[in-house]
Amino acid sequence: MTGLGGRTKIRLDELTKRFPGQAQPAVQGLSMEIPEGEIVIFVGPSGCGKTTTMKMINRLIEPTSGRIFLDDEDVTRADPDQLRRRIGYVIQQIGLFPHQTIAQNIATVPKLLGWDRRRIADRVDELIGLVGMDPAEYRDRFPKQLSGGQRQRIGVARAMSADPDVMLMDEPFGAIDPITRDRLQNEFLRLQAEIKKTIVFVTHDIDEAIKMGDRIAILREGSQIAQFDTPERILVDPADEFVADFIGRGASLKRLSLSRVRDIALGDWPTVTAGTDLAQARRLLTESDKGSLLLLDAQGVPRGWITGDHLRAATGPIAAGDGLPPAIVRPGATLSDTLNEMLTARYSTAVVLDDDGRYSGVVEIDTINEAIRGMQTAERERLRGQALVDSPFDEADPVEPAR
Amino acid sequence: MNFVDYLGNRWDNLLELGVEHALVTALAVAIATVIGVGLGLLTYDRPRLRQLVIATCSVFLTIPSLALFGLFISWLGLGTTPVVTALVMYSLLPIVANTIVGLRGVDPAVVESAQGMGMSRVQRLFRIELPLAWPVILTGMRVSTLLALGIVAIGAYILGPGLGNDIFAGLSRISSPNALNLVLGGTLGVIVLAILFDLLFVLLNRLTTSRGVR
Repeated sequence: MTGLGGRTKIRLDELTKRFPGQAQPAVQGLSMEIPEGEIVIFVGPSGCGKTTTMKMINRLIEPTSGRIFLDDEDVTRADPDQLRRRIGYVIQQIGLFPHQTIAQNIATVPKLLGWDRRRIADRVDELIGLVGMDPAEYRDRFPKQLSGGQRQRIGVARAMSADPDVMLMDEPFGAIDPITRDRLQNEFLRLQAEIKKTIVFVTHDIDEAIKMGDRIAILREGSQIAQFDTPERILVDPADEFVADFIGRGASLKRLSLSRVRDIALGDWPTVTAGTDLAQARRLLTESDKGSLLLLDAQGVPRGWITGDHLRAATGPIAAGDGLPPAIVRPGATLSDTLNEMLTARYSTAVVLDDDGRYSGVVEIDTINEAIRGMQTAERERLRGQALVDSPFDEADPVEPAR
Repeated sequence: MNFVDYLGNRWDNLLELGVEHALVTALAVAIATVIGVGLGLLTYDRPRLRQLVIATCSVFLTIPSLALFGLFISWLGLGTTPVVTALVMYSLLPIVANTIVGLRGVDPAVVESAQGMGMSRVQRLFRIELPLAWPVILTGMRVSTLLALGIVAIGAYILGPGLGNDIFAGLSRISSPNALNLVLGGTLGVIVLAILFDLLFVLLNRLTTSRGVR
């Protein structure tokens, strides 16, 4: 299953877990390979054994049988404490140590590994910064003095403290309000683009799985793999009825989370640079087929929209203020994020910035519409195709019209 | 002699008895803390053993102190040793019980994350679980101390040290002029000690508990 050409980082071989007093094993004969540098999501209904499977990787739960390989090394019998210091671990309840400061919390594993104090202090500050917080302000605070979102960031920072290659995350954003969760997810994806850890991520939320995963393992009872593939493939070609049910109808809209702004052709918009004189600006607007101009400052950073009204009322050359216009997205944003931005700002055009914050193009709502239409066509074809291969014994499955 | 004059005259005697009283109490609570926290650590996650230990310590506490001192005479004789032994027995329950409650009250997510980061059992216990249970354990020690202060006084009956000596001396010659002053002085001394110990525990709590859990 190393279709993207990645090296295998974690290999599970016929892993089984039987809890005492339970007839069915929680995990039964699971084998899978997790490629290096990817986010692999375990997703499935509650009780399917996804968390148990994850906890066997760092041996918080000892497998009844089967083997675990990390970097081709059999760690099934390795010292569990040593093993766990090589693997970052984040849980839903975070579990920060309430009696320790943020700095002490983050320093936990480096201390266990015997780093010297200077190195630990530097690493702590680096990590607090990495998760978007100010080290000077936060390092000496206690967990109870942070908000839920901040605690979650520190939980992630703590898991990364000794720079482990592998991180295990058990519903890490599960207990956070939706808006903060969305932001943390985006931040984490941006971070992962830099750090390229191998991440095993457990969730019950298929939307989160589609958003976060390079690959998704959809698990059914006993941690049986129903499908293990990229989000794209799972949405386009669900392996069976269980998977199709689990991803739900309206999968075509879910695919908006798969395309990113950087993957589509950006539109052009007439721009005007601050300092341009009024007559030229008026000419630019009348010559364009749009109703407004995008104002850029001298560095090429968008500063606002200029309409005919502005130009009629203006007296001197165009001036740029601070601040960004509404509906701004970056290349890493998904089309779903972009649509969201537009709806929030009530604009039909989103401005795309490059990585340096300069204007690089626009996404119009028509572009997103077209993407949705394309996805719907694909989805309908799939549903039609399914009707042909379904067994004749099946009651005609009521196929909802894709909306 | 009125009570104020009495205090002026016998000040040094009261102070000496008070210091003895405090030292015996402190010694007994210290021993009980070592034993009690140890028992708590060994039993907090073993339900059967935990119940056995709590039940045993509860039985100790129900034995009337006079009877216990009497029983000890043939075994440990008279004086400080039997008094300290009895005090340790009485002080155990609050400390053991609070150690168990404190350790069991530690958020399982905190323990799991500690384990998940590769802390060994001993490291988890000393760096995470005990520091988090500490304020509760300290409360147990405080209760034990107050309990012990009262019982030391009765220890004077078998020639133990402390303010009980004045109290018993007063009680044994109840019609003599200074009897009431003796009893009053000893009793007041115990109360003053109780207040001082209480302040000490407030201070100890401030100094030894992380700001993060206060």
